[in-house]
Amino acid sequence: MDFINHQLFIKDINVHIDPILPKKTAIITHGHADHARFGHDHVIATRQTIDIMKIRYGDKCAKKFTPLQYGQKYSIKNYDFTLYPAGHILGSAQILIEKNNHRLVITGDYKVGKDETCKNFKLVRCDTLITEATFGLPIYQHPDPKDEIQKLIRSVKINRNNCHIVGAYALGKAQRVMNLLRQNNYNETIYIHGSLEKLCQYYSKEKINIGKFEKVSSKDKNLYEGKIIIAPPSALKDRWSRRFPNPIICMASGWMTVKQRAKQQGIELPLVISDHSDWNELLDTIKKSKAKNILITHGQEDALVYYCKTQNLSSKPLSIKGRSDEEME
Amino acid sequence: MKKFSSLLHNLILTPSRNTKIKLLQDYFKSLDINSAYALAILSDQLSFQFIKASKLREIVYEQVDQNLFDFSYDYVGDLAETISLIWPTKKEGKSLSLSTLIENIKKIKKSEINAEFSKILSQLSNNERWTLIKICTGGLRIGVSERLVKTALADQYNKSVNEIEEIWHGLEFPYKDLFEWLKNKTSKPKIDFRKLFHPMMLANPIDEEKDFKRLNANEFQAEYKWDGIRVQLMVSSKSVSLYSRTGENISSAFPEIIEFTKGDAVIDGELLVGKNFQPLGFNDLQQRLNRKKASKDLQKKYPVFIRAYDILFYKGKDLRKLYLLERRKYLEKFQKENKTNRIDLSCIINFSTWTELAKYKNNFNDDLNEGVMIKLKSSEYLPGRKKGYWYKWKKNPKLVDAILMYAQRGHGKRSSYYSDFTFGVWKEKELVPIGKAYSGYTDKELIDLDKFIRNNTTNRFGPVREVKKEIILEVAFDDVFPSNRHKSGVAMRFPRIHRIRWDKPLNEILSIEEFKKEFKIS
Repeated sequence: MDFINHQLFIKDINVHIDPILPKKTAIITHGHADHARFGHDHVIATRQTIDIMKIRYGDKCAKKFTPLQYGQKYSIKNYDFTLYPAGHILGSAQILIEKNNHRLVITGDYKVGKDETCKNFKLVRCDTLITEATFGLPIYQHPDPKDEIQKLIRSVKINRNNCHIVGAYALGKAQRVMNLLRQNNYNETIYIHGSLEKLCQYYSKEKINIGKFEKVSSKDKNLYEGKIIIAPPSALKDRWSRRFPNPIICMASGWMTVKQRAKQQGIELPLVISDHSDWNELLDTIKKSKAKNILITHGQEDALVYYCKTQNLSSKPLSIKGRSDEEME
Repeated sequence: MKKFSSLLHNLILTPSRNTKIKLLQDYFKSLDINSAYALAILSDQLSFQFIKASKLREIVYEQVDQNLFDFSYDYVGDLAETISLIWPTKKEGKSLSLSTLIENIKKIKKSEINAEFSKILSQLSNNERWTLIKICTGGLRIGVSERLVKTALADQYNKSVNEIEEIWHGLEFPYKDLFEWLKNKTSKPKIDFRKLFHPMMLANPIDEEKDFKRLNANEFQAEYKWDGIRVQLMVSSKSVSLYSRTGENISSAFPEIIEFTKGDAVIDGELLVGKNFQPLGFNDLQQRLNRKKASKDLQKKYPVFIRAYDILFYKGKDLRKLYLLERRKYLEKFQKENKTNRIDLSCIINFSTWTELAKYKNNFNDDLNEGVMIKLKSSEYLPGRKKGYWYKWKKNPKLVDAILMYAQRGHGKRSSYYSDFTFGVWKEKELVPIGKAYSGYTDKELIDLDKFIRNNTTNRFGPVREVKKEIILEVAFDDVFPSNRHKSGVAMRFPRIHRIRWDKPLNEILSIEEFKKEFKIS
């Protein structure tokens, strides 16, 4: 594992994982903007991740694309790369790198819990595990998303004269919230912020059940009384959200676990729905991977590093520049 | 408990005052024993002496790895929330009512607290656990004032909030008489007003630009604003008692006041340390604060007296509806009649224009007052912080530029931001910290500082981050004292971040010697 540096760069063959700046060869774990960027020469990723990059940045956002299926091996010199489902969002992948019998897994962002909007996480045994740690503190123990979505459905039933605006990241979370609503028999049209439209259409095309949706228009404000609107978190603070009738501001995110966080952001109805693993899932993955060497990226590394040491696992944080430790997608 | 915990949860997340009132009224629909507990909790009158923050930590350490807890607490910044989230047992037991739960806790034997309280925590949901711990540690900080609760009740049961306010300090848990009166089943509870703490009249800070244009100087009287603690003294032939501004009885801490005061009155004033009515600084007063009792030695070294500025009752007569000017006459009369008292009067400053008054306010030679109070001559004595009657006009703060050295995450509203800043000045070629501030900055400045700290950490000591020494803070503070507790030898009073000096070079920062010289500290 000396072959990869703290920036997830393999110098030997000039390959980067999720680089921030334009590079020659980039393997991309998933389509979120802090991982998938514009301007690489050669992008290697799942077909869905490539589709998503093209939707977001245009068809020419890289010179060359190589789509890989989950489980399909791709070799560069004596390095073998295989993508496995990460369960984070549609198209998200972990990367297994094999070299001289050493197995290294980069999880990317992942969650273990069930999710109908993407292929579910697959555990990959390895010698070295590079895991994310977005929610790497024992206070993060995500509740059943079904209970959380029920809170929203109940609030909509009680507050008929209000409209509920749910903050959710445009890619992945928004569609997951829509899918959860459908799973829980909410069958009305869901209204979406314009910036979500193309991605929602793509999810529909990929046969993900997000039901009937419609872009909000500025026509008749009262149309949205008693309705659910989904918008990116940035729009919640914007004037955009003020035009709706008596909005109740909701947010679907793992960050909503901490009440003070919700309050700081002016969220009235926090919904703890996360696309990242919680503390117990992180520990479980580390354990089951059988890896002896654990590297921990972006998030709350301290507690996880400490935990690994108590388990006699070699462990250290990897600080990757350009990823803020909070507020990522 | 479910109902009460969701009330608190909703209150904390609701920005709208009206919605908060609605939520409270929903909860107080029936006035029973649960509502009584809720009222006591919301007005911060219920506390468990035996379950303090340190005890809670002890209990949680039995369940959770101490280091993991500390990492989490540092991140969350709120003890109740951290414990409620990190608690390992998620099995929900049958839901008990608020009153049953509290009564069960009261019954726990001291020797069995850890085991029994753990058992209770394990039977609750996250939100109930959070609520229970908040109740135990007191001080809910959910953005609901006692006043708002009274307003909600008054509005719901067609009473005036002032009526509730007047009798409030004579009421006791379980508030039977209050509830019966609210439901119109009995008349208003009778309270012996002479024994009762009366909520104090408070001042608003003056807005120099707006207020001085609007206000007519002739209609106001001014006094120095003394830097002591606000007290209410109740004296009669039978007893003397002293209350703090929140209505806490602090008589036993100041026996010399109790012993040497005579007359029949309720007095409002400032408690100060000093001999012959010559006040000493706040640093000296501090020697007498937060103590239950005062030894003879302490009384001799740091004697206290009251500088009176108002009178609420005189010989059983309620003066609160009189004008300030008239009350002042009664106050002078009381003082003349009882010369042996440890009470003197706050002097009145003669002035005819606001500009003239500014000279008194900024009199930097006299460090013992914090500025001036401006009071409407025709003001009645009104409880609370009513607008338009009393104003405080503080001295311009002292300012110093210092270098940001360390930062720590904040608590409550600012949890998870790096918002507590330690700053220092030069001592030869090193920096020595002179103070710590956690307020004064704008939201934008906080975000900028937070970002700087995350990207420029050079060292970590537990929750504290040392940062690259390149940010200069202009720090405002009220005063500075010599101190042998700190390496720098100085202690600041109420330091806050005035602004960030992105422009200033490091070598223009004072040395500790220069700092001491400038602020006259030997």
